[in-house]
Amino acid sequence: MTAPDRTLRVLGRPALLDGIRGSRLTLTGVGALLLVLLAASVAAAVTIGPADIRVSEVWRSIAAHLGLGVSPLSPLRDGIVWELRLPRILTAAAVGAGLALAGVVMQALTRNSLADPYLLGLSSGASLGAVAVVLLGVGVLLPVAAFAGAMAALVATLALARAGGALTPARTVLAGVAVSSLAGAVTSLVIFWTATGDSYREILGWLLGSLAGARWPAVAVAGGALLAVGIPLLLVARILDAFAFGDTSAAALGVPVSAVRWTLLGATALLTGALVSVSGSIGFVGLVLPHAVRLVTGPGHRALLPLAALSGAVFLVWADTAARSLFDPRELPVGVVTAILGAPVFALLLIRRRERS
Amino acid sequence: MTALSGERVEVRADGRLLVDGVDCTVAPGTVTAVLGPNGAGKSTLLRVLAGVNRPDAGTVRFGDADAFALRRRDRARLAALVEQDATTELDLTVADAVALGRLPHEGLWGGNQDERNGIVSASLEAVGMAGFADRRITTLSGGERQRVLLAKALAQRTPLLLLDEPTNHLDIAAQLTTLALLRRLAAGGTAILAALHDLGVAAAHADAVVVLAGGRVVAAGPTHETLVPPLIREVYGVDAVLLEHPASGRPVLAMELPGT
Repeated sequence: MTAPDRTLRVLGRPALLDGIRGSRLTLTGVGALLLVLLAASVAAAVTIGPADIRVSEVWRSIAAHLGLGVSPLSPLRDGIVWELRLPRILTAAAVGAGLALAGVVMQALTRNSLADPYLLGLSSGASLGAVAVVLLGVGVLLPVAAFAGAMAALVATLALARAGGALTPARTVLAGVAVSSLAGAVTSLVIFWTATGDSYREILGWLLGSLAGARWPAVAVAGGALLAVGIPLLLVARILDAFAFGDTSAAALGVPVSAVRWTLLGATALLTGALVSVSGSIGFVGLVLPHAVRLVTGPGHRALLPLAALSGAVFLVWADTAARSLFDPRELPVGVVTAILGAPVFALLLIRRRERS
Repeated sequence: MTALSGERVEVRADGRLLVDGVDCTVAPGTVTAVLGPNGAGKSTLLRVLAGVNRPDAGTVRFGDADAFALRRRDRARLAALVEQDATTELDLTVADAVALGRLPHEGLWGGNQDERNGIVSASLEAVGMAGFADRRITTLSGGERQRVLLAKALAQRTPLLLLDEPTNHLDIAAQLTTLALLRRLAAGGTAILAALHDLGVAAAHADAVVVLAGGRVVAAGPTHETLVPPLIREVYGVDAVLLEHPASGRPVLAMELPGT
C-alpha cells in the first residue's frame, strides 16, 4: 500500500479562478496574452540600460537586420541593440522558458512539487561539466559536457535519495543539496586552479548564473535546445497527466512508465545542460513559474507546459534586466534576483506541505 | 471459456517469492474474489493479472492472447485496474481524473471531446457521483475518491476489470451500491476479479473465489463449494458458520475466534 503523497498540494486557494481553468479558452487566451507580453517585455528591456534607446530604434534595428529595407541605426547604437542587448535578452527568454519546462516535467515525473533542475543538482552538475570543458580544455562541445554533468548529477541525486529508503520529496531535495554543494565546490576549485583573470566573478557567474556574456551563439544554443526538447514535450503532455495517480496507475493506462521517465528526465538534463552552458545555474525559475501557472490553468499539462514556458521567459527577461540595471554600473548575478523572488515561494511551499513523520 | 487467466504465475522481490506458481481463471460475466490474509500476495497478483507488472515466470492471458505479448496500450484497452488508495495531490477535478481513463483510446492530442465527455458522465453516474464532476479531487472523502477511481476504470471500457479492495473506505450503503454495480457489470459480460479482505462480502457477492496464503493458491472454485468453514479455519484461524440471509437467501458468514 502506498502512503498518500501530500507533496503536490500547490499554493493558494484557486477556487476564484475556477471559471476559467482548464478550458481551451485558457490555453489560447492566456497564451496569446503571454506572447504579447513577452514581445513587449523584450522590446522594453532592450531600451533599459546606460545608453538611452527608444522602442522605435529597437524595431528599426531588428527590421534592418532582417533586411526589411529600413534605414539602419548608427553603428554604435545598432551595436548596442543588436550585438549586446537583444541577444542577451533573447537568451534570458529562452533560458527562462526552458527552466520552467524542466521544472514542470521533473515535478510530474517525480510526483514532487519541490523538484526543479536547480534544487535537484542538475544545474550545478551542468556547470561543473561546462567549466571542466572551458578551463581544462577537454575536447568536447560545451553543451554536451554540460548535459553529461546534468545527467550525472540527476542520477547521483536520485540514487542517493533512494539509498536506504523510499524516494520521498524531502529526501530527494536533501540529496540534491548534497550533490549540488559538491558540484559547486568542485566547480569553484577548478576555476581557482586554472583561471588567470577575475576568478571570483567567474565563479559567481557559474554558481549564481549570469547572462552578461550572452551573444548570438548563446541564443542559438539555448533557443535550439528549447525548440528541440520543448516541442516534443508539448506532444507528450497527456502522458505526463497519466502520472497524476502514480506509476502503477500510469502503467495501467498503457504508459510505458520507466521508458517515459528516463527518456523525459534525460531530455530535461539535456535541456538544462544546454541552458546552463550559456547562463550558469540560475535557481528557482523551474520551481516558481510552474506553481504560479498551475493556479490559473489547473494541473493539466497541455496548458501548463506552454504557459509555464512563456511566463518563464517573461520572468527571466525582467529578472535579468533588474540584475543588470538595479545597481548600474555594477551588475548582480541574475541568480541573486531569482533567488530573492523564488526562495520565499519555496518557503511557502514547504509551509503548505503537510509532512508525514 | 475464460476471459482472464494466469498460469503458474511467479513474482519475486528481493529474492523472496511473493506469488508462487499461481493458477487463476476468470470467466466472462462473473465476479471472482481473490482472498487471503494480509501479505498473502493479493495486490501483487492483481497487478500482474491486470497486465501492469510483468511476472517473473508464468503466463497471463486476456482471452486467448498472451497479455504481455500485446502492446501496453492494447493491454490497457482490455484490462482496467482499480488500485487501493491511489492518491494524487494534483488539483484535478473529478471529471479530469475520470477522463484519464480514456487515455488508452485516444491519441496524444485527445480524441473526440463529445465522446469523452459522454463516457466520463456515464462512468460517474454509474458509481453514483454524477453531481461531483467539477469538484476537486483533493476535497473528496476517502470513499468518494475510491468511487472516482472506479469511474476512471469504467471509462476505460474494458472487458476485464480488476479491483484491489474496492469496498475499502466505503460506508455500508456505498459498499452495497458498489457491489451491486459490479454485479451489473458482470451481468453485461465483464469479467471481474476483486481482491477482498472481507470474507462476508465474498461469500455473498462473488461467483468464485481464489484463496491465497503465502503467495500460493490453497483453494479455488465456486464460492459455495470453496469458501467453507474448514478452509476459513485453516487459512485465517477463525471459526466460521455459514448461514442464509432470511430475505435474499444469500450466504452470510458469521465468524468468531476459536474458543469463544
